[in-house]
Amino acid sequence: MTGLRALLGRELALSWGRGGGALLALAFYLAMATLLPLAAGPEPARLAAVAPGSAWLALALASLLSLERLFERDYEDGALDLLALGPAPLEAVAFAKCLAQWITTSAPLALMAPVVATALGAPPDLAPITVVAALAGGLGFSFCGGIGAALSLGSRRGGVLIAVIVLPLFAPPVIFGAGAIEAFGAGLDWKTGMALLGAYSLSAVAVGPFAMAAACRNALS
Amino acid sequence: MIRTLMISDLHLCRGDRSLFRGLGLRIEAGEAVALTGRNGAGKTSLLRAVAGLIRPTEGEISFTDADGAPLPTEDARSRDLHFLSHQDGLKPGRTAWEELLFQVLWTGGQRTDAEAACVRLDLGRLRDLEVRKLSAGQRRRLALARLIASPRRLWLLDEPLAPLDAERRVAFGEIMAEHLAGGGLILAAVHDPLPIPTRGLEVGA
Repeated sequence: MTGLRALLGRELALSWGRGGGALLALAFYLAMATLLPLAAGPEPARLAAVAPGSAWLALALASLLSLERLFERDYEDGALDLLALGPAPLEAVAFAKCLAQWITTSAPLALMAPVVATALGAPPDLAPITVVAALAGGLGFSFCGGIGAALSLGSRRGGVLIAVIVLPLFAPPVIFGAGAIEAFGAGLDWKTGMALLGAYSLSAVAVGPFAMAAACRNALS
Repeated sequence: MIRTLMISDLHLCRGDRSLFRGLGLRIEAGEAVALTGRNGAGKTSLLRAVAGLIRPTEGEISFTDADGAPLPTEDARSRDLHFLSHQDGLKPGRTAWEELLFQVLWTGGQRTDAEAACVRLDLGRLRDLEVRKLSAGQRRRLALARLIASPRRLWLLDEPLAPLDAERRVAFGEIMAEHLAGGGLILAAVHDPLPIPTRGLEVGA
């Protein structure tokens, strides 16, 4: 347990610290929110219509940005050898890494999502459901994205490969999440969408670490 | 606790290339074996195979405890084996102490052991420096500190002395001698002889 706590601390520090992905992802999100009115046109009605959806797009793309670092750095500098030889199995390592990724990248993005959506003209009473959906969706993004990151280890242009593997897997949570928010706004049944989003993320958390550990072992050998 | 490492009839391949076949080796507690051989002969691959990071094509690698009973391989590897490769896995942006403490806690050591290892390897003044500012020899000493701080029996060392100066080589020789005296096992890939009595094994001869 001490080892896993130390690992989680290290992952959080690496992600927040210099060269980490968290601030980069936030900057990316803000840049996207700023550019959207310039690209789509500044009419409030049009912006309000695309605001919830664009928040999801930004969340998915920004998590994708930081995924390349998840295993690649440890693989290149030999730290993955050390992680493979600790008392905790690689499955637990993968879980801790994705959890840290969620805490440092997805959670701040989820907290910003309603701010950005409201700034773009979405009704403020959508804010709570936007946070919840983005937190749940972010969990799915981190754990599903981790599988892509682990599978692309050791390949040249890993970043491209991650995007190709992961983007189709990112489609369901975006559909469920954005659909639930829209249904909530229109006063329709939103619980089904949220339940499906939750189910997606939880199954990613349950299955992801095994797939990641297998992919890491394969890359090391 | 690993008491014996046994390798029998080992055949290793990297890609389509066969490195060596029929390699056998037995190391008892208190023994050090120096692996020699030309570049690319498979010394590092042998160490990685013992660590369980690569799967042998044929043959078996096993560990036994003090009673001669076989140990579960995964367990022996994850609790009682240190693998020090030429890549040290130290993150350039973190301080020497943060990285040492993580490696020690991860491999099952204690904070106090990490502090003692810091003193032993004369790392006190480097503690708060970022790893990127350390020289190759200093980084190696930082990596070696993990070996003393978290007690594990079997040390797999890949060119452990390469970046160290003459004085530090002698000092690390003493550390290795102590480890052997305490019932440890050392398997090291080397080009220069180690400063302790070793048995030699040429790989890919």
